[in-house]
Amino acid sequence: MSEIIEEKTMSPKKQSHPSSQAPFLIEASSIGFQRDGRWILRGIDFSISAGEIVTLIGPNGGGKTTFARICLGVLQADEGQLKRAANLSIGYVPQRLKLDRTLPLTVKRFLTVRQKVSNEDLLNILNEVGSAHLLNTQMSSLSGGEMQRVLLARALVNKPHLLVLDEPAQGVDFVGEAALYDLISNIRTNFGCAVLLISHDLHIVMGSSDRVLCLNGHVCCAGVPEQISHHPEYERLFGPERAQTYGIYAHSHDHSHKLSGEMIGHDCSKDHNHTHNCNHDHSAKDEVSNTTSHKRDTE
Amino acid sequence: MDDFLIRAALGGIGMALIAAPLGCFVVWQRMAYFGETIAHSGLLGVAFGLLASINLTVGVFIAAVMVTFGLRAVERTTYLAKDTALGLLAHVVLAAGLIVTSQFQSLQVDMMGLLFGDILAISNLDLYMVGAGILAIWGLVAWLWQDLLALSIDRELALAEGVHVGRVDFLFSLAIAGTIALSMKLVGLMLVTAMLIIPAAAAMGVSRTPERMVVYTAFISCLSVICGLLASLYIDIPTGPAIVVSMAFFFLLTSLVKR
Repeated sequence: MSEIIEEKTMSPKKQSHPSSQAPFLIEASSIGFQRDGRWILRGIDFSISAGEIVTLIGPNGGGKTTFARICLGVLQADEGQLKRAANLSIGYVPQRLKLDRTLPLTVKRFLTVRQKVSNEDLLNILNEVGSAHLLNTQMSSLSGGEMQRVLLARALVNKPHLLVLDEPAQGVDFVGEAALYDLISNIRTNFGCAVLLISHDLHIVMGSSDRVLCLNGHVCCAGVPEQISHHPEYERLFGPERAQTYGIYAHSHDHSHKLSGEMIGHDCSKDHNHTHNCNHDHSAKDEVSNTTSHKRDTE
Repeated sequence: MDDFLIRAALGGIGMALIAAPLGCFVVWQRMAYFGETIAHSGLLGVAFGLLASINLTVGVFIAAVMVTFGLRAVERTTYLAKDTALGLLAHVVLAAGLIVTSQFQSLQVDMMGLLFGDILAISNLDLYMVGAGILAIWGLVAWLWQDLLALSIDRELALAEGVHVGRVDFLFSLAIAGTIALSMKLVGLMLVTAMLIIPAAAAMGVSRTPERMVVYTAFISCLSVICGLLASLYIDIPTGPAIVVSMAFFFLLTSLVKR
């Protein structure tokens, strides 16, 4: 029952984005995942279409990475349904690589471990991420930022329909983060792939996100980020050239969570309507202050 | 040259060739303690072999496979970290081996041979088994090379890219079990994992690609076997330990070259 309601209430939102008319790459309904008898995720409805950028936000432990891993097929959901487009190719950029230093590996070899790629294609991809000079460098000597770009290149080698990035900007400084967001945005344009981005920041998200989903065990809310350029103060803060890179996702919730993440005042399993009937304003035109004042309410 | 020396050299070099590619993956995947645990099951395996009157190497292999399954079961049903699970199993199977051998007076276990090996006593049958081992292991590694490499780079990334991690893990565990069973006679249970770890560690410092590391590992391993045999022949020291010390010597050498 709840799934049908979701579909109806979500449809007007979808129609505001032309890219959402494209066929689904991944469509998840009522996804639940439990560990040690505790539901980490429950009742998650989600879809991503070709060429779309979706940003996942949420507190630590809110299940963002778990959900991404379910989409990747690394984890199996305990309930619900996950539909993937036929022959879907996914490029995955993990938070960090657990590469042991004892394994000697050049960047070139790393990119071609699982498939043969022509030198021309390889250089094209490395140029795209601005790392062509690293081709013959040992993986163990890469810096954090270089590693992120090489991981991105590796994900692109598969010619993915969907790129999944797990907190790519974590541990990268502000300038590096902006550059990375621009890069991801360019990749979407040049490679035509959809992007599922897990963001470490709750409010400042990638400006070119088509949708933002806030995940904390369930979908707290979903909406569209607002361009920073609409806010003179933020523009002053980030600088005019970065105004397009970042977006603000203004949201406040009509329910609160205990510190443990359990929801108070709503029973998630019975009532999915809070996602849509909630009072928070997805467009939030004049609510810049809302983003800064948002905090987890206590009882 | 004496027959037994030629057999020892052939068996040793054969083992070096078997252990080389697996040793690289053991080092890359931080699995050194896995080999150690399987080696601990050797006594139980020998007891099996004697009780069932089958080839002792086969008996040890069966015990090693049981440990592999045991490890999977422990990992699946508990939340123990891998090293704890391995430590638990290692000592349980060692204790079980000691209990079984103590209960059957008929079991004449050559403890010294078991613990420290006797490469000079290698038989023709052992040589055939080593030959079959070379074919099986190199065939397996060649078949699974890309998957194994992807797994060594990052398990999660490999999973996301569609590597059948469970299957690859299982086949690799079987290969390690077989290798340890085969090389037991050579260097004994105490030193058996040395063949997997030390040559790979020595090759690491001088290799730039994974493929080259495997080749260098095989080369260093073969050279160590020959050096160990010659050393034991001319200065009269036990052969297995002489081989291990030779490996350590090459490790030292490449560590110095690297700097």
